[in-house]
Amino acid sequence: MLEVIDLEVRYGSIAAVKGIRFSVAPGALATLLGANGAGKSSTLLAIAGALPVAKGKILFDGVDVTGKKPEQMVQAGLAMVPETRDVFPDLTVDENLRLGAYTRLRDKSGVASDRERLFALFPRLQERKEQAAGTLSGGEQQMLVIARAMMARPKVLLLDEPSLGLAPVVVDQLFAMIAELKALGTTILLVEQNATKALQVADSAFVLRQGKIATEGRASDIAARQDLNALYLGGGM
Amino acid sequence: MTTVIQFLIDVLSLGGAYALMALGLVIVYGILRLVNFAYGELIMIAGYVLYLMSGSGLPWLVMAFMGVLAAIATGIATDYIAFRPVRAKSVTAVLITSFAFSTLLQNAALLLVSPRPRPIPLPDLFSTTVEFLGVVTPARNLITILAAFILLSLFLFVMRYTIIGLAMRAAATNFRMARMLGVPANLVISSAFAISGLLAGVASLLWLGRIGSVVPGVGLEPLLIAFIATVLGGMRSLEGAVLGGFLLAFIDTGLNYLLPQDLLKFRDAFTFSFVILVLLWRPQGLIKGPASGDRT
Repeated sequence: MLEVIDLEVRYGSIAAVKGIRFSVAPGALATLLGANGAGKSSTLLAIAGALPVAKGKILFDGVDVTGKKPEQMVQAGLAMVPETRDVFPDLTVDENLRLGAYTRLRDKSGVASDRERLFALFPRLQERKEQAAGTLSGGEQQMLVIARAMMARPKVLLLDEPSLGLAPVVVDQLFAMIAELKALGTTILLVEQNATKALQVADSAFVLRQGKIATEGRASDIAARQDLNALYLGGGM
Repeated sequence: MTTVIQFLIDVLSLGGAYALMALGLVIVYGILRLVNFAYGELIMIAGYVLYLMSGSGLPWLVMAFMGVLAAIATGIATDYIAFRPVRAKSVTAVLITSFAFSTLLQNAALLLVSPRPRPIPLPDLFSTTVEFLGVVTPARNLITILAAFILLSLFLFVMRYTIIGLAMRAAATNFRMARMLGVPANLVISSAFAISGLLAGVASLLWLGRIGSVVPGVGLEPLLIAFIATVLGGMRSLEGAVLGGFLLAFIDTGLNYLLPQDLLKFRDAFTFSFVILVLLWRPQGLIKGPASGDRT
């Protein structure tokens, strides 16, 4: 579904991602783990077209999409939720969701039914649909950006650190929801600092260290490794 | 009582024109964080189109429509010529290209028409006076109020209820996120320039209707007015631009009424002093507008 081949991302002369290769199968949930600055977010942004690709290729559904603009990627069926949790604070919850469906202007009935489905999944959002998104709590805003991305009915969803800064009980709800989205058939690539949680819902995992893949495998195998923390930090190989 | 009504009509009609000018400037600034210094030329172009068509014998409304259309086309051309090629490079580059485009248009008018003022055709209604609520006032003042009211309502409707309006509001807060939802950057920016042209075109009819003629440099004052009104109201906020326009008109008109005859020629100095006072009190402008946001 999604294939990343020898991807390199640079900020000026500094390489943040130094040639990584991985793929996510249709309907699977893969997670990218790693410490701060390992290149996880840069990888996601490059896939979404929001950062230029210095080298390498990105294949989406078998098609080369390297160098496409972010709006073209959404059109192709790939939505991203950045870690900055960017709701449009002055727009209402409902207006945020309408924008999420920007690529489906002609599919009015489909959009309406997706909105109902997402409201069923996130009842808090329905209660607050007329409220300005900036007045929501951090957890609600995270729900909103995920719901908003889902309004595009993406084939692949990229989630960047969705649990960042949320209370533990909200994190539990969030991961329950991510599992639910996966059950609905969405292919998901999840970047997380909370490795334990991420590995519980993921099928496969890739551990990034300093811009390279340090190790990869089935999520359950990675979770079973005693040296996971060491892998992150570079001591255990 | 009649003085109060007279004053209100003056403030609302001048403020309506100011608000349209300010809104046209801020719609582009909100999204790109760049001031379009060729904005005044949109007003000039509409005026010259009217002048060039004055012998055509077409109904005035058709000529006015063509003038507004020319302003819209020039607005979109500004995007393609001055902004798009350098938008992603640097703020300074766009500053210079938009100045250059402004100079280019002014010189084209100098060269192709004349440096002298040219009369623009106006319907008789613009030069008649009417009695309204016991006050005798030029009909164009009431036309201005009505036109501003209609256009501002239309603008409000578009921004609040249409998907492109929502996309523009979203892009004004966080352009990158809007693009990551599939909102095409170029479409949003071109739409903003087109709306800017529409507002400038209508403002041009109302503004030049007061002056009666057009010169190549006629756009400078509206640009200045629009700029001051938006700074006053808050550069980041559409409501602020409208509020700033009416407030500036209130200050201007108030001074016109209050200042003795021999101080009247210094009116702008008084106006600017007021503006400075307001900005000392609220450096962000009256309405702060949405926080943060990246360019392109």
